[in-house]
Amino acid sequence: MVNAVIHTEHLTKRFGDFVAVDGLTFSVDAGEIFGFLGANGAGKTTAIRMLTGLLSPSSGTALVAGFDLYTQSEQIKRNIGYMSQRFSLYDDLTVKENIRFFGGIYGLSDKAIKEKTALLLENLDLLHAADARLLSLPLGWKQKLAFSVAILHEPKIVFLDEPTGGVDPVTRRRFWDMIYEASERGVTIFVTTHYMDEAEYCDRLSIMVDGRVAALDTPEAMKRTYAAESMNEVFLHLARAKPAE
Amino acid sequence: MSAAVFTEGVERKFGRVSALEGITFSVRAGELFGFIGADGAGKSTLFRILVTLLLADQGTVEVLGLDAVRSYREIRRRAGYMPGRFSLYQDLSVEENLRFFATIFGTSIEENYELIGDIYTQLEPFKNRRAGKLSGGMKQKLALCCALVHKPEVLFLDEPTTGVDAVSRMEFWQMLGRLKEQGITILVSTPYMDEAVLCDRVAFMQEGRILAIDTPSAITKLFQKPLFAIRARETGRLITLLRSSPNAHSVYAFGRAVHYTDNRSAIRPEELLDALHKEGFTEIEVQRIEAGIEDTFMALMETKNGAAHG
Repeated sequence: MVNAVIHTEHLTKRFGDFVAVDGLTFSVDAGEIFGFLGANGAGKTTAIRMLTGLLSPSSGTALVAGFDLYTQSEQIKRNIGYMSQRFSLYDDLTVKENIRFFGGIYGLSDKAIKEKTALLLENLDLLHAADARLLSLPLGWKQKLAFSVAILHEPKIVFLDEPTGGVDPVTRRRFWDMIYEASERGVTIFVTTHYMDEAEYCDRLSIMVDGRVAALDTPEAMKRTYAAESMNEVFLHLARAKPAE
Repeated sequence: MSAAVFTEGVERKFGRVSALEGITFSVRAGELFGFIGADGAGKSTLFRILVTLLLADQGTVEVLGLDAVRSYREIRRRAGYMPGRFSLYQDLSVEENLRFFATIFGTSIEENYELIGDIYTQLEPFKNRRAGKLSGGMKQKLALCCALVHKPEVLFLDEPTTGVDAVSRMEFWQMLGRLKEQGITILVSTPYMDEAVLCDRVAFMQEGRILAIDTPSAITKLFQKPLFAIRARETGRLITLLRSSPNAHSVYAFGRAVHYTDNRSAIRPEELLDALHKEGFTEIEVQRIEAGIEDTFMALMETKNGAAHG
């Protein structure tokens, strides 16, 4: 528990009579790749909005990056990264401008932004495209850049909300290479996906059903528990058990 | 025999960007035909041209034997379209939306209930709920009902399952199967490779072009090299090592396994196993496997992009 980057106990969110997240209790260790799965409407988005300090819980406790969700949401925001397929970078800014903009948002100094920009362009092999508008870049490059920008301020944990939705299978795999690299550098990864093969790349997984954690384990152990060949089978078995709506 | 949908040499540019190049295909009446490709492959542009909402710069487009430019009115009457972005009225209720679309096409929910009944019964408990307040899976079902309410002969579904979870995706494809049984021709686009096997035939799309068209089982025959599924204890190190090998042709993660092709044509699984053993790997399994849809798609992408992307 000493090493936990996220630790929640009975975390709950109610909207009127509706309990969107119902007593969420789990821990994510430092450097772990943690997959957060669930059907549409299972409460994933509400849970992520709480964990990133955007929504206050109705009850329960949670520490994210060592900070309290109720009283320290600003510190949490400074110590996490966030990326989703829907919202990432600005298409009509150049590569360099995007890095500068998000560096500024994360409170980095001009000097740090300059250094980071040079390093990032070099590492991503994007030097030639530094002044190109994002719009003109292939999706795969944009995605790499979006991920790099999300961890520009060296957060303890990065939240990836369906980062690979709609991308081609090669780009999808390259993206996971980056996730592995970041995880090896000690960044904790909290990721949601609808691709069940990607679930198998995670160290541990939780599957939410109707606002609760229905299963939490390593992919291998889950497959053993449900005598399933693949995570897809496990997911269908758990998520199907719920009544329609 | 005339095709339900037919195109030849369709091109479309947006400014200097070419969205579609040389799109030629034909879909038979009653077929369930899939366009598989990532965001930006040109699927939505193609669908908008097929449903007469966008003009092609060049090429022929025929839907139900009708020219897409001259006979656009008749095509619109006889085709159903579910756009990629949810485009029903958020502040009308489920029932109001459906009635609205029925009225526009000069029909009623009751008249064509037979066709939509199967799907609409799942929505009926929420018929007074506003469309904007529905869950993702329910919105998708309502959109499908609205596209079906005028009993179209051909149905165009643009990425109906994007962002939808595995359970709802499976249910959606079961609904498509039942519509097909009623004789409706269905063209559907998707970024999910695993949905390809549910189609009668598929077209792989990448960067505005069609890479291949065939039945799901025939299309995987385009994969030419012997393919191996390799498993070992440390998957991460396994991938790194295989990639650095000069003999490696392609190395892709597939869940806990790695799909691997070798530049040496006569390579045997035992040789790979030995080599990995010498590198200190344990619990190694090397299996010769048949290529799947995703393997084939990636191989065709590589061929098209050349070796530049490795």
